[in-house]
Amino acid sequence: MEWNKTYHRRKICVIFFGVLLCAVVLLGRLVYLMLFRGDYYSGLATDLQQRERKIKAARGKILDANGEVLASNKSVCTISVIHNQIKDPEAVISMLVKELGLPEEKVRKRVEKYSSIEKIKSNVDKETGNRILAYGYAGVKVDEDYKRDYPYDDLASKVLGFTGGDNQGIIGLEAVYDSYLQGSDGMILTTTDARGVEVNNIGEERVEPIAGNNLRISMDANIQMFAEQAAEKAYIQKEADSVSIIVMNPQNGELMAMVDYPEFNLNEPFVLTGEYEQYVGTEEEQDYLNQMWRNHCINDTYEPGSTFKIITASAALEEKVVSLEESFYCPGYIVVEDRRIRCHKTTGHGAESFVEGIENSCNPVFINIGLRIGADRFYDYFEQFGLLEKTHIDLPGEAATIMHKRENIGLVELATISFGQSFQITPIQLATTVSSIINGGTRITPHFGVQVEDTDGTVTESFTYDTREGVCSEETSETMRYLLEKVVSEGGGNKAYIEGYEIGGKTATSQTLPRSANRYISSFLGFAPADDPQVLVLVIIRNPSGVYYGGTIAAPVAKEIFENILPYLELK
Amino acid sequence: MSRRKRGEKGTTYFDYSLLFILIFLLCFGLVMLYSSSSYTSANKYGDSAHYLKLQLRNILVGLVPMIFFAKVDYRIWRKFGTLAYLGSFFLCVLVMLPIPGLVRSSHGQSRWLNLGPLSFQPSELAKIAMIIFLAMLIEKIPKQLDKFSSIVKVGAILLPLLGVVAYNNLSTAVIIFAIAVCMLFVASPRYAQFIGVGIAGIAFVVVFILFASYRSDRVDAWLHPETAGDAGFQTLQGLYAIGSGKLFGKGLGQSLQKMGNVPEAQNDMIFSIICEELGLFGAICVVLLFLLLLWRMMIIANNAKDLYGALLVTGVMSHIAIQVILNIAVVTNTIPNTGVILPFISYGGTSLVFLMGEMGLVLSVSKGIRLETIESIG
Repeated sequence: MEWNKTYHRRKICVIFFGVLLCAVVLLGRLVYLMLFRGDYYSGLATDLQQRERKIKAARGKILDANGEVLASNKSVCTISVIHNQIKDPEAVISMLVKELGLPEEKVRKRVEKYSSIEKIKSNVDKETGNRILAYGYAGVKVDEDYKRDYPYDDLASKVLGFTGGDNQGIIGLEAVYDSYLQGSDGMILTTTDARGVEVNNIGEERVEPIAGNNLRISMDANIQMFAEQAAEKAYIQKEADSVSIIVMNPQNGELMAMVDYPEFNLNEPFVLTGEYEQYVGTEEEQDYLNQMWRNHCINDTYEPGSTFKIITASAALEEKVVSLEESFYCPGYIVVEDRRIRCHKTTGHGAESFVEGIENSCNPVFINIGLRIGADRFYDYFEQFGLLEKTHIDLPGEAATIMHKRENIGLVELATISFGQSFQITPIQLATTVSSIINGGTRITPHFGVQVEDTDGTVTESFTYDTREGVCSEETSETMRYLLEKVVSEGGGNKAYIEGYEIGGKTATSQTLPRSANRYISSFLGFAPADDPQVLVLVIIRNPSGVYYGGTIAAPVAKEIFENILPYLELK
Repeated sequence: MSRRKRGEKGTTYFDYSLLFILIFLLCFGLVMLYSSSSYTSANKYGDSAHYLKLQLRNILVGLVPMIFFAKVDYRIWRKFGTLAYLGSFFLCVLVMLPIPGLVRSSHGQSRWLNLGPLSFQPSELAKIAMIIFLAMLIEKIPKQLDKFSSIVKVGAILLPLLGVVAYNNLSTAVIIFAIAVCMLFVASPRYAQFIGVGIAGIAFVVVFILFASYRSDRVDAWLHPETAGDAGFQTLQGLYAIGSGKLFGKGLGQSLQKMGNVPEAQNDMIFSIICEELGLFGAICVVLLFLLLLWRMMIIANNAKDLYGALLVTGVMSHIAIQVILNIAVVTNTIPNTGVILPFISYGGTSLVFLMGEMGLVLSVSKGIRLETIESIG
């Protein structure tokens, strides 16, 4: 018997301590997994064990300057099915087909699909949702949901914009202020076993949704309505392609109205209407939808024509190359280099002062003073007035100015720029630049967004916008207000004259490219009161039939708007 | 430590501590088995106690060999060593043959033998047979074990059984091989050769894994369980369960991973559910309980009356130690997945019955200890 040898015992101990060592290593591994990686793995496990259903947060409202609701929410329901909990699939299918009016094969496919949760239909109205709930079928879930609702249908459609299926803003203010309007969605977390069946005794965990904040904008629904009616009237009477109207406060850049007629129905933004209706179902449907949603006030540029003479005159006054009394002579044309540029009055205005030149909107006078300023200095004024940069309006897709390069401006180009041709700006750019000239020389940022309010109406954030002083001198500004008042009271803008009010303004008729097509854009820019402008109106009528002079057709539209809104705003 | 007197036979010893630890482990195992299987078995069989009842039956069946081995003087088994070896070899070969009604396979790997109302895995029998056979063999040739060549000879004798077991179930063969190495290690006065054998064994396993493609899938699942798809599913779900436990666990019965996420949570992966419900604290307690069990066996082995008894206990001790280490290593994804159960806790019939038989053997050896020799170990 070889037993009792010490090495046997020692070796048995060696084995035990080897095991002990392994156990310590494994315990170390357990400490690592359970304490240091515990949160990671338990997080993943919870994701796996819980089925989540979203509770949509109510999107914030959009309110006009007077608190009128322009965009709000309607309660709707989302119907979904949980495959594993359905007890009687046939009854569920026939009920859903009956209540939702969906084709049977579509419902059957979704009900029989093996998934954790399958959406059948969203945007179902509340009564239908309640009826479905009343059936009490297992596995059918009715979740409350919201749908965006625009009480005025097509009012300011291109400004407000609309939302998509996930309640996200797609165009307009809905897109720009999406982060304020969108609340945070809540969740219902249900613990399930591996088959997806709810585990009893463990209650649902609810994360409550947080409603979005309300957005207060400077738009006045009444002014917007006046403007929209006026635009509609001109659109119909003149058989125009479109009519744009901008109403803004030239002192601070607050926009009171922005119309781009024809508008579209915000409650059905994906339905082509009006002239686009014929394209329903074609391959280009999406392109035409984009066109229908396009806001010409900011998304497109045009040659401003004679309204731009306001800027040429201001530059000349700043540069002190002309005085009001200086006399000019218009033979009906002017020769620049080898080019003969005609005045709109081909017989000529004859002898006239600078004031009369503006009243007559005489091209040779403006070409004359443009040439006096010189290409380089004129370009400097372009920059100084802010024409080369965007206005940074709080709407998406603002188009940039299309302008010659500084070194490419010869005398002919300079001459055409002087009366508003051969370059392009957006309507909002024109309105903003003229505003900064007539308000005393402060460049303002045009905007709609005023402040963000929570659901109780408490202001949580007020927006501030950049301003830049010294665009032109106070003296020039005052002179321009005087001159433009003359245009309305005595000159080409007299169709906008209203008894008892002092209105300043300028008309324009610009021929679109190609010139041979004989298509025109008629426009009028006016403001009141002339000595202290509080409201500026820009009317643009694209491709009118018949008479196309801005002074004849655009000025009366502005007059109609002024007649309505000046008493409304209590301005004299 | 308990002792009792036995009249005229003089002072004898019985290791009640070991018996108590064993009973505690079995009861704890039943609780955890019920906790981890009740939800899925209620869904599958309409009876939440389905697995609990079966395991209770297994324990009752296991008590028979345990009491038998504990009562019978272990020295008797010396005569049956060769028979055990040949018998288990025969059964392992038999199970490889496709005999309808006699052979049943499950999970594609484990093979079962149907003997009337009982069915069992011969590979589990091979473990205890190996212990009894090798203890006998070593006791006969203790002097020759000084030479390395005789160890090689012993290895050659074991090879046929290892081969047939490996054909059925590689991890069982690895366990049997490791038991044999441990027993030879204790018997031989040398160290160096065993370090060599250990390194060779590890190298063999690594090479085998690299060249068998279905196993390299497992390696991939081991290294990156998150991206290995189905192969890494079980491992990943086990890790989710372990990580969810944190320090003190979710509480007994509160596991969510057992609700079908960890596949067959009552089998190999039961330790992950223990971690989830009882936390790091509970996991450490379980490991300590096993260490306590092994420590008692070490004491018994060191104080055994003869070398044969010491070797028997060494074999059982290394068997349990290897299974515990492999199981926890697999569950914590420390090594690639291989189907090894956690002794006394995991669900399983054959292995539990044989393990309890082995424990009976150890208790029998403990009875042979004369008290005067115990003084040294207190």
